[in-house]
Amino acid sequence: MGPLYPQELLNPEYNLLIGALIGIGFGFLLEASGFTNTRKLAGVFYGYDATVIKVFFTAALTALIGLFFMHYLGWIDITLTFYPKTFWIPTLIGGAIMGLGFVIGGFCPGTSLSAAASGKVDAMAFIVGVMLGIFGFIFTYDTLWESLRKSGNMGKVNIAQWIGIKEGLFIFLFTVIAIATFWIFQKWQDSWKQKMSEEDINDLGI
Amino acid sequence: MNTKRNKYMNSYVAGFLMGLLIIAAYYFSGEGLGSSGGYRDMAFGAINAISPEYAHSNPFVAPHVSGDHTPTHTWLVYELLGVIFGAILSAALYGRLKFVIGKAPHISNKKRIYLAIAGGILWGIGTQLGRGCTSGLVLSGMAVNSLSGYIGLLAIFGFGFIFAFIFKRLWIKKTN
Repeated sequence: MGPLYPQELLNPEYNLLIGALIGIGFGFLLEASGFTNTRKLAGVFYGYDATVIKVFFTAALTALIGLFFMHYLGWIDITLTFYPKTFWIPTLIGGAIMGLGFVIGGFCPGTSLSAAASGKVDAMAFIVGVMLGIFGFIFTYDTLWESLRKSGNMGKVNIAQWIGIKEGLFIFLFTVIAIATFWIFQKWQDSWKQKMSEEDINDLGI
Repeated sequence: MNTKRNKYMNSYVAGFLMGLLIIAAYYFSGEGLGSSGGYRDMAFGAINAISPEYAHSNPFVAPHVSGDHTPTHTWLVYELLGVIFGAILSAALYGRLKFVIGKAPHISNKKRIYLAIAGGILWGIGTQLGRGCTSGLVLSGMAVNSLSGYIGLLAIFGFGFIFAFIFKRLWIKKTN
């Protein structure tokens, strides 16, 4: 029963090898689906490109439904995995900072790495920025960030339990919301496409 | 003109395969797909290599350097090495492997690079404060129905839409 490595059913070297192999798949899919094109990423905020929302929500739904059934069938014990604790205040504030960074920088950390690897110079600059930001955070941690980062600790919280509904119902509701979102963003992209230049449409590959 | 360079994999197929990778990451390693955590481990490694004394005295770095291995010997760092290789592979297959600056056409190269660095700095800070990025915090968090993943989703994209409205001219050219 999974997860294998946390239960010592997989030796540490193989675990890292699996990490690298999963990374290869992740990097390949990010590039192949267009996440290395900064204009396609920014398109999620303006509606001219629906790629990000489709890939992102489909990935989340696939994993969510798959892991839910695996847990139900006893193939994996989710409680033994990396299950993030919720610190709502720093995540909300950090998320806002990331949202601004997304609009200004046109990437996020994962997409910038695959973009830089495929030769996007702007992504290389973005990565320099990320490292500067992380070093800056580390050097100012105890004076500026420590108390804020530790605030709002709620422990490990499942959103369905937090709302007070069954997990299966939550997944169903999220699926409905995702499908509605796909439809809205597709319509939005279609309306943009009618007034865009051929050059832009080709650049975005939509 | 439509060349192979503008061709992308179907979004739903790519998303489905990415979802399977997340399941594999949880099943084999008990990890979610992540990115900013790997960047952070690289920073820890650099600091530890330059000044082990400082690394041990900084409360943010110390927990990660006390082990018997280097701070960069982590699942996330190996995963990121894989990401680099996978992206090169895909870009080569699609004929996109070349040095270019991605941007909206009306933005100058210089401006784009400065903005990319500025945006990167914000991500560097935001990820460490918020405990992860779009991959580790949001995507992998949502995959296990963690509340933190949904807070991250709403914060990054919710505030993103507000900031996008303010900074519209960075991506959309003013039309007459």
